[in-house]
Amino acid sequence: MPLMADRGRRYREDPGALQALVEADRVHRDVYIDPEVFQLEMERLWARTWIYVGHASQVPQPGDFITADIAAQPVILVRHTDGTVRVLMNRCAHKGTKVVYDFAGNTGKTFRCPYHAWTYRTDGSLLNIPLKEGYQGTRLHATGAVGGLTPVTHETYRGFVFARLAAGLAFRDYFGDSLSSIDNLADRSPEGELEIAGGVLRYLHNCNWKMFVENLNDTMHPMIVHASSAGTAKRLWEGKPADAPKPMAIEQYAPFANDYKFFDDMGVRVYPHGHGFSGVNFSIHSSYSSIPEYEEAMKRAHGPERAQQILGTVRHNTVYYPSLTIKGAIQSIRVARPLAADRTVIESWTFRLKGAPPQLLERTVMYNRLINSPMSVVGHDDLHCYRSAQEGLAAQGHQWVNLQRNFDPAELSATELTCNGTSDISMRNQFRAWREFMAP
Amino acid sequence: MNEAELARFVLHEARLIDEKRFDEWYELFTDDAYYWVPLAPGQTDPLEHNSLAYEDKLLLRLRIERLKQPTAYSQKPASRCLHVMQAPEVEKSDPARGEFLTRTPFLYTETRGDESQRYAATAWHTLVRSANGLRIRLKRVDILNADAALPSIQLFL
Repeated sequence: MPLMADRGRRYREDPGALQALVEADRVHRDVYIDPEVFQLEMERLWARTWIYVGHASQVPQPGDFITADIAAQPVILVRHTDGTVRVLMNRCAHKGTKVVYDFAGNTGKTFRCPYHAWTYRTDGSLLNIPLKEGYQGTRLHATGAVGGLTPVTHETYRGFVFARLAAGLAFRDYFGDSLSSIDNLADRSPEGELEIAGGVLRYLHNCNWKMFVENLNDTMHPMIVHASSAGTAKRLWEGKPADAPKPMAIEQYAPFANDYKFFDDMGVRVYPHGHGFSGVNFSIHSSYSSIPEYEEAMKRAHGPERAQQILGTVRHNTVYYPSLTIKGAIQSIRVARPLAADRTVIESWTFRLKGAPPQLLERTVMYNRLINSPMSVVGHDDLHCYRSAQEGLAAQGHQWVNLQRNFDPAELSATELTCNGTSDISMRNQFRAWREFMAP
Repeated sequence: MNEAELARFVLHEARLIDEKRFDEWYELFTDDAYYWVPLAPGQTDPLEHNSLAYEDKLLLRLRIERLKQPTAYSQKPASRCLHVMQAPEVEKSDPARGEFLTRTPFLYTETRGDESQRYAATAWHTLVRSANGLRIRLKRVDILNADAALPSIQLFL
């Protein structure tokens, strides 16, 4: 065991040691707890892959912007004067000040740095420097300063804006057929369009970002971890007449306490590069009460057959590795914003389905409040387990985290794969991508 | 109903939470009551905008029953809380209809094991007179930094 002081550059200088942290069916604890591994994740995995920034509906008008930290770096998502969406580094080319600090706003036609008034167009290009003659005869044009706010490579898919900070795979090559889950979410709007609505819940997790992301398709935990909340919800409704209208809250909580068979039969599908979803066949969202007015609007918009196909696809969680997880059936998304090896903000957003009745927004807002709020009794027990693991992994002795459930060596050569729902395949699949993108 | 009685009721309500007398606390609410912790300053809509909590009596009952479960893992060790309150002020009073609104700024501390968090907040109690005395129709708690990235808040502000 090297001294702590010697450990800071161990994985940077020894690529073999970094690769050895991930085996086919288990991972070393350092992937969760080592600060150097976290730093390398931000520089490699989170820079070379497509990270969710925000939704185009958040910036409808020219000059509208939102700010976000992706891969622990500050960026701006802005609607340029030409109507296109841009992603820029939120860092003045002069001294590094963030040019905008609010979560959201409208900047007009330019960003003006609040420190020394360097001014930029909304595509990031430098427009003006006060007393510019003071730079005559200097290296101003030879240095990066005149490059403005650094533009970031980005793609918009059905309004979802992703950025890639370093060189890497093209957008379609990276996500492939996993984009079908975003399609299903957007298709659930009778107008085929989504709009972020209802604000954002931001839940501070004192654990590694991967613990949260892996948990979303960990179907062996709900009936255990959520026994006290979902189990209580089930008991509170027991003995009510069969025709009594079930409260939406009971409909949303109770399925978390379903048995192993339910979650196993749900099925899980994985794609290359770490993406995947559970709920191939059905999910905890399948038995919600119908909203006839909405179903009629969908039939009018898409035709009965296509409407049935869209609404019959009821996936559980889809992970767009590593940053975005979505729930099409309840039109909500959760976004991981890593801050440190043991610190992550989880943002939970809800969508209005354009052309749908208001009950749809009420339903997703209720789900978000019950499951994703810092005051959620489901969230409390999840986070307790993540944090407990973050601390437990400090134990010397056995240093590996087990991912062996339903491991089959044949999966190593497979691309798209569909398995029983309680397999650990989605975690193994994520770590295979991790290993690939973490190579120097 | 005088101001002192309303203030006594509000302070008693907080004391029941701090002493974890949740079954008694639950009885202070009318059947159609809500306990609301908005997410945004000045939020007016609990249905189409996210909140930290917006709970009817069924959900309050669920929260209280969960806290009694040995499988409530996030309560090992159990959380404790304390409200330190300013004197409640009567904002609106309609004695004829038996409806009152009080405003009470307070500091709330919640601890669990070695961890401690503190919030500044304002409680707004919509109170109604009933055969059993005063009851809460709406308890709204505006946390000063409700829109910050917050850790788990496990008891009741």
